[in-house]
Amino acid sequence: MSPLQSPSFGSVADVTERLAGAGYLASTAVATTVFLADRLGKPLLVEGPAGVGKTELAKAVAESTKSELVRLQCYEGIDESRALYEWNHAKQLLRITASQGSESWDRTRDDVFSEEFLLPRPLLTAIRRAEPTVLLIDEIDKADVEVEGLLLEVLSDYQVTVPEMGTITATRKPFVLLTSNSTRELSEALKRRCLFLHLDFPDADLERRIVASRVPELADALTDALVRTVRVLRGLELRKAPSVAETIDWGRTLLALGMDTLDDDAVRATLGVVLKHQSDQVKAAAELRLN
Amino acid sequence: MALLAPHGLPGHLVDFVAALRTHGVAVGPGETIDAAKVLTALDLLHRDHLREGLAAAVLRRSGQRKVFDTLFDLYFPAALGAGSGEVEVPRVGDDEDGAVDVDALRDVLADLLRDGDDSALAELARAVVDALARTGSGGQGDRPGAQPSWSAYQALRMLSPETLLARIVDALRDADVEPGSFADEVLRREIRDRIARFRDMITDEVRRRTAETRGREQVARTSVPKQAEQVEFLSAYAGQLAELRRTVHPLARRLAARLAVRRKHAKRGELDMRRTLRRSMSTGGVPMNPAFRARRPGRPDLVVLCDVSGSVAGFSHFTLLLVQALREQFSKVRVFAFVERADEVTHLFEPGAELSGVMNRVLREASLVAFDGHSDYGGSFGSFAEYWSDALTPRSSLLILGDARTNYRDPNLTVLRRLAGQARHTHWLNPEPRRQWGTGDSAALRYADVVPMHECRTAAQLATVVESLLPI
Repeated sequence: MSPLQSPSFGSVADVTERLAGAGYLASTAVATTVFLADRLGKPLLVEGPAGVGKTELAKAVAESTKSELVRLQCYEGIDESRALYEWNHAKQLLRITASQGSESWDRTRDDVFSEEFLLPRPLLTAIRRAEPTVLLIDEIDKADVEVEGLLLEVLSDYQVTVPEMGTITATRKPFVLLTSNSTRELSEALKRRCLFLHLDFPDADLERRIVASRVPELADALTDALVRTVRVLRGLELRKAPSVAETIDWGRTLLALGMDTLDDDAVRATLGVVLKHQSDQVKAAAELRLN
Repeated sequence: MALLAPHGLPGHLVDFVAALRTHGVAVGPGETIDAAKVLTALDLLHRDHLREGLAAAVLRRSGQRKVFDTLFDLYFPAALGAGSGEVEVPRVGDDEDGAVDVDALRDVLADLLRDGDDSALAELARAVVDALARTGSGGQGDRPGAQPSWSAYQALRMLSPETLLARIVDALRDADVEPGSFADEVLRREIRDRIARFRDMITDEVRRRTAETRGREQVARTSVPKQAEQVEFLSAYAGQLAELRRTVHPLARRLAARLAVRRKHAKRGELDMRRTLRRSMSTGGVPMNPAFRARRPGRPDLVVLCDVSGSVAGFSHFTLLLVQALREQFSKVRVFAFVERADEVTHLFEPGAELSGVMNRVLREASLVAFDGHSDYGGSFGSFAEYWSDALTPRSSLLILGDARTNYRDPNLTVLRRLAGQARHTHWLNPEPRRQWGTGDSAALRYADVVPMHECRTAAQLATVVESLLPI
């Protein structure tokens, strides 16, 4: 292990503090794994339900380390010309026709497969940047299995091989963060190369602080009631447990409606903000005696 | 002291990793090296950081966390022996070594639960376990020389924290909140949650102390919880089953994704010889342009026939939930439940239906019992064939769930053979271990002669079987 650059964070406490400065309140688990990913130079795979702040984490890391965020959004059918690089065919053709007859074949061939005709896509961009970079590979589980193979070289050696040109190695390792909603099992090869963080719902105290920082106008007592209620809802067997984003939305809704206590009527009127499935609402109402 | 590892910290780490492996967490040498790097990068005085750091290095799936936490507490305990806590356990007569004063102790516990102070609760758990083991509560006094015995059962029975619920709720309730309202219910559940956490603390503490006296390998072998997918259906208790139900949707999603990949790869059918030869006429008999058979997307009807008698209820319930979650993979699903006779319960599994209480509704609303409520496979197959045999068509797959324990009644192989002949495929999923098939009143081996029978003891096994059975 020979880090190419000095680590960005000094200690776990330093991570917590600087992420907080970027507006992200990190739990011990998050701070520790971010610290380790940075220190050991390994990619970080973040898994967890929707709405717990996986993508936010990448943005906060970028902001706190003053790096640029390079984002690769995965979707079904993404391929290497979208993720890695592509040759600029039109420009290549132009170059060939421009020098027709005046140049030998060998020179032309060497010339059209050079840097100038390469269109970098997010992965190559992140590898080639000399400034601090955070590479976010978002929703990797949406991409096809073949794309994972493509990532392996980038993730383990921080390099990209272009057959016509040779291997491009990172001059400065980017901080790589992959997110997954675990709609499918990722391959062992990919997981092996990463540190793993399961990002779950935060504990009560942290969630209170998150809500307070996002909806500062909300009264403390109401925030407290809100967080406690959401935690109880998560304890029920629901189809979709409410996430942090929903807690914040709920807080904003109550604020907009000018409600200052979370009594039966308020909950009944606004339950749809936190529970998005009809069957979940019915169940919660029945179990929590909301009628 | 036997707790010191002979090879220092690296040796200790390897032991820890080995324990994880025996509990089904696949940790490779690469991960172990990562874990060792984590040890060098972190300040080892922060136990929480160490825990999260090691988890990041060795875990690869979220379901493994519970096993990891328990083993971490065993291998990297927070304290040795009784530790040095602030919390004092009240004694009878204020004597340092006297018996534990149960009533006073319950008062202390109620106060701590009311405040929800987790660290103080953990210290109380430690002190209680220690005090109970050394002096007992009934006043049998000091037992010099005796091996201390740690017992979660004894501690929890003495404290019985559940009975404190009403008292704490009363103390916390605001004056204007009426009992039975929403706010009251939320509070009640919150306190119940705290009490459950305290029970876990006691259990963890007992596990730690036992590991000190009896060796952690032995404790790790016997009292570490299994991953939800590895729990056997037939021996699972309510809590494990609830956790299992929570894994249904991720499991179904994973299965569906794998099936989608398989479908994609099998999109092009096999070579169509007749059309290829016919096409080759125009190129002088040279098959330039081969023709392939188009594959019809195979979405079969599924007919599930499942035993819902008490002995296999956990298994049937889980499998039905899985089928329900996978319903996009089938054009039509019909579900029949049976105990002594069969009845259709498809309407209870409609999309969007509330599924966690569905088993109760099945038992309450369907007419399944004729005589004594013990499962009767022969009779059930008979009644199914009599009333619903039109559910089975050459396009449908029949899935039978049950342990094939007939209570020594007629297994009715003829009817099963006829049903199997009517359906395109028939498979039997049996939650019993294979070695118990055919023992006692089990007719499993006789049924297995008629239809293919698969052993499905755990959710992981079930997933494998379902994946291999589902048509492309």
